[in-house]
Amino acid sequence: MVKATPLAIDIHNLSLWYGDFQALFEVDLQVKQGLITALIGPSGCGKSTLLRAVNRINERLGDYVRTTGEIHVLDQDILRNDIELAQLRRHVGMVFQRPNPLPLSVRDNVLFAHRIHRADEKFNRRKEDEIVEHALRRVLLWDEVKDHLGREATGLSLEEQQKLCIARLLPIKPTVILMDEPTSALDPKGTAALEELIWELHGDYTILIVTHNMAQAKRASEETAFMLLGRMVEHGLTEQVFLAPREKETADYIEGRYG
Amino acid sequence: MTYSDGGGGTPGQSLMFAATKLNTRNHRLQWLVRALFGLMTLILIVPVGIILGVLVVRGGPAISLEFLFSFPRDAMTAGGIFPALVGTMWLVAVSLMASVPVGVAAAIYLSEYAADNWLTRVINLAIINLAGVPSIVHALFGFGAFVIFAGFGTSILAASLTLAVMTLPVVIVATRESLQTVPMAFREACWNMGATRWQTIRIVVLPNAISGILTGVILAVSRTAGETAPIMFTGAAFFFPFLPHSVFDQTMAMAMHLFVISTAVPGASDELKYGTALTLITLVLLMNAVSIGFRSYLRGKKKW
Repeated sequence: MVKATPLAIDIHNLSLWYGDFQALFEVDLQVKQGLITALIGPSGCGKSTLLRAVNRINERLGDYVRTTGEIHVLDQDILRNDIELAQLRRHVGMVFQRPNPLPLSVRDNVLFAHRIHRADEKFNRRKEDEIVEHALRRVLLWDEVKDHLGREATGLSLEEQQKLCIARLLPIKPTVILMDEPTSALDPKGTAALEELIWELHGDYTILIVTHNMAQAKRASEETAFMLLGRMVEHGLTEQVFLAPREKETADYIEGRYG
Repeated sequence: MTYSDGGGGTPGQSLMFAATKLNTRNHRLQWLVRALFGLMTLILIVPVGIILGVLVVRGGPAISLEFLFSFPRDAMTAGGIFPALVGTMWLVAVSLMASVPVGVAAAIYLSEYAADNWLTRVINLAIINLAGVPSIVHALFGFGAFVIFAGFGTSILAASLTLAVMTLPVVIVATRESLQTVPMAFREACWNMGATRWQTIRIVVLPNAISGILTGVILAVSRTAGETAPIMFTGAAFFFPFLPHSVFDQTMAMAMHLFVISTAVPGASDELKYGTALTLITLVLLMNAVSIGFRSYLRGKKKW
C-alpha cells in the first residue's frame, strides 16, 4: 500500500445492528482518495449496509439502527452529533441500484441539489445552463438530451436515467460517490456505458461501488474489498485480490464456489 | 465542542461538515413546519379527547350492568337501554351481512375483471356520488324501496338494508383501493402459471388486500351504528319494550334512543343521556378495536 495517498474514507472497528441483528462486525476499511474501490461479497454480507453507513442514510430507520466504531470522511469523524447531515450528504453522494430520477424535467433534476444548497444565491439562468451542460457532458449524456432538457426525466432510458442520477450529484461537487450496484438494472450496453463513465470520473471523485458482478469489479476498480457475513475478509489492489487472494474464502467466492 | 465560531475545532478538524447558515435556517424552518403540522394534529385530537372526557365524566356514573341490561322505565326517564343496545347490534350485523358481500364483490369486479371503459367509469363516478348522498335522502329511499315497495314494513330488515345502501360506497372504495395496492407482478406471476383470474384473486390478491378491506368494514360499522336518520322511517321505534325476535320486527336503536331522550322526553336525566352516548361510542370503539386488532395481526403477516 502506498502510504502517501490520502484517505477519503477511513472506517475503523465499525459494528452495526438492525434491532437485535448484527449486520456488521468490527469492519475496517480504508478508501483512498480518487480511486475506485469495489465492495464485493455474497448477498446479505453487509456491503450495502456499510455503504449506507458512510453517508448516514441508514439512520432514517431511527433507533432501530445502532452503530459503534468510527467512520472518518476526509479526516473528519462523521458519527459525531454535531455533524450536519445536509453537508455530509452533499460531500458524499449516492447512486442507487434502481435509477431514481425525480419526476421533474432533466434540467430540474440536474439543478435540484444545486438549488437546495445554494438557496442564498439569486438564480441566474445563464449560470444554471452552464451547470447543466457541464454536469451532463461530464456523464456523457449531453448529446442525447441537449435538445429536450425540459422533458420529464422519468421518460429517459434506464441507462440515461442512471447517468442523470450521477449528473445531479456533480453540481454540488461531492468528494465521494457511493454506488450501490449501479448497473444491475441496466442491459449490457448500459452497463458498459456506465463503467466507462465511472472510469471517466475516476481521479476527480472517490468512488466506492458495491457490485455483484465479478467481471465488473475486475474491470472497473483499482482496489477491491471482499466482505463475508458482516466481516471484512480482505482488501487490496484489485489484481492482487483476484489473482492472488490471501484468504481462502475470497478465492472460493471469486471462483464462484458460493454466493 | 461547537463550531459556530468558525475558528474553533480540534486540530485536524476543518469545518467541512459543520452546519452553514443556510443549513441552520433550513433546520429552523423544518422545525417550524413540523411544529405547525404537529399542532394541527393536536387540534384534530383535542375535540375527540374532550368529547370522550365529557362523556366519561358525565355518563360514566350512569353505566352499570343494570343500566346496560334493563329496559327503560317511567316513560323513558329512567331505567336502562338494553333493547336499544340489542337493536343496534341487530342493525349493524344485518346491514354488514348485506353491504360487505355486495360491496366486496362489486369492488373485486370493478378492480379485477371490468375493462376500463366508459361504463365502468360511470359506475365508479356513481359510487363516489352515492357516498355524498345525505343520509336523510337514503332514509326516504329506504322507506320507499324497502318499507313500502318490497313490503318489509318498518323492520330491522328495511332499516339494515337502508344502512347497507348508505355504507356500500365506503366498503367498495376501501376494498377497491386495497386491491389495487397488491402489485401487478403477483397477478402476472399467477396468470403465467396458468391460474385463472378467480384463482389469482382467491389465493394471492384477496389475502394481501384483506387488511384494507377490513378498514372499509370498520368505517362502515362506525357509520351504521351511529346513523339516526336512515333508520328513523324504516325500522327504529321510538319505544319498543321488547327485544326483536326476527329481522321483521321493529327495534329500538342506540342512536335513535339518544336522539329521542334528548329531544322528545321531558324529564330524562342528563346522566341517562350521557350514559347512553357513552355506551354508543364505547360500542363503536370496541367494534373498531376488534377489527383494528385483527387488521394489524394480518398486516404483521404480510411480508412485502
